[in-house]
Amino acid sequence: MSDTVSVVVNGEPRSLEVEGRTLLVHALRDGLGLTGTHIGCDTSQCGACTVLLDGRAVKSCTVLAHQAEDREITTIEGLAANGELHPLQRAFVEHHGLQCGFCTPGVILTAADLLSRDASPSDETIRHALRGNLCRCTGYQGIVESIRAAGGTS
Amino acid sequence: MIAAATRYQRASDVDHALELLGEPDAKAIAGGQSLIPVMKLRIARPSVVVDISRLELCGVEEREGALHIGPLTTWAELAATDPPAGLDAIPECAREIGDVQVRNLGTIGGSIVHADPASDMPAVLLALGASLEIRSTDGSRDVALADVFLGPFTTALGGQELVTDVVVPLPAPGSGSAYASVEHPASGFALVGAAALVGPAGETVALTGVAATPFVLDGDPQNAIAAAEIFGDRFASEEYRRDLASVVAERALASARERSDA
Repeated sequence: MSDTVSVVVNGEPRSLEVEGRTLLVHALRDGLGLTGTHIGCDTSQCGACTVLLDGRAVKSCTVLAHQAEDREITTIEGLAANGELHPLQRAFVEHHGLQCGFCTPGVILTAADLLSRDASPSDETIRHALRGNLCRCTGYQGIVESIRAAGGTS
Repeated sequence: MIAAATRYQRASDVDHALELLGEPDAKAIAGGQSLIPVMKLRIARPSVVVDISRLELCGVEEREGALHIGPLTTWAELAATDPPAGLDAIPECAREIGDVQVRNLGTIGGSIVHADPASDMPAVLLALGASLEIRSTDGSRDVALADVFLGPFTTALGGQELVTDVVVPLPAPGSGSAYASVEHPASGFALVGAAALVGPAGETVALTGVAATPFVLDGDPQNAIAAAEIFGDRFASEEYRRDLASVVAERALASARERSDA
């Protein structure tokens, strides 16, 4: 039994065919083909599946797709505009903010939420904000430097 | 794991939510940060999830000698709240719950009714003497929070009841409150959490993470901790938790005293 749910994804109105139990991450990946949103742990711990829901970072494996109805979702695919990388994406390239890249979409969207509340966060604030994002390459230093740099420019 | 099949219904108001919750094995969902993980483990297999997250039960308001916290208020909102005098423990505790993503969706009401014995905020609310307004189809009742927790993940709420208000009495002028905890490094849940309220009437300490439910210490905190029924598990033995409780309770008390005029 499935229902149709209307959402706005990366600025575009989209329809999702979902069951009551369907998680937002599955609707985004399997329904819309937005596979930049990664499933790391499936237990709400790793943050790889982080997307923005009405501008706030959420773990899309811990949101029912139905709950996103009529809301705005931003995935990693929606950050770059007009062929230009988002300042966070550019900073991650320039400051070695990733190694394997698996956790990176979630980390960048969490950072986008942080920078929307605090344009120039301290390192302590950045580290506190990253608590819900695990990087198995242990690349946190580069991640913090990237977010600090993006904070200075965006 | 994929959650068991369920239906989804969105409640338009509290009465509608109560009606939908009349179905056997129905479950209310707010932020979903406790319910969805247990649905994915198939520990919870609701027949229908009743989405109450769009009801107007959010926000923080001071009136008639109390701070009224809507049960749908998120941790992020509470963390950003400038609290009335003496209630600093509330945002202090909210800021350290879960992580940014969890705080953006997780609600105080959802956390209370989930009744995880290691949940942080119940210790704060118990030390502050909070109560809940609970609605059913028969009307509403007020219950002291201490009477709400019956055991791990078990509360005094009926299946067809909803928390509609979290009421925190304003402490006497000159009071200070604080929350301190030592967390399990992976889960972030409290191995021991302690909340303290210090004021003209004396000192109150409540603990979480150490027993089947959070509870208020009776009398001298250190004597009460020595006598309390405290559990051990693979993360921390009973002896270790009891020692840690002594330390964390003192930290919370010291910080609350600093914030009080006492």
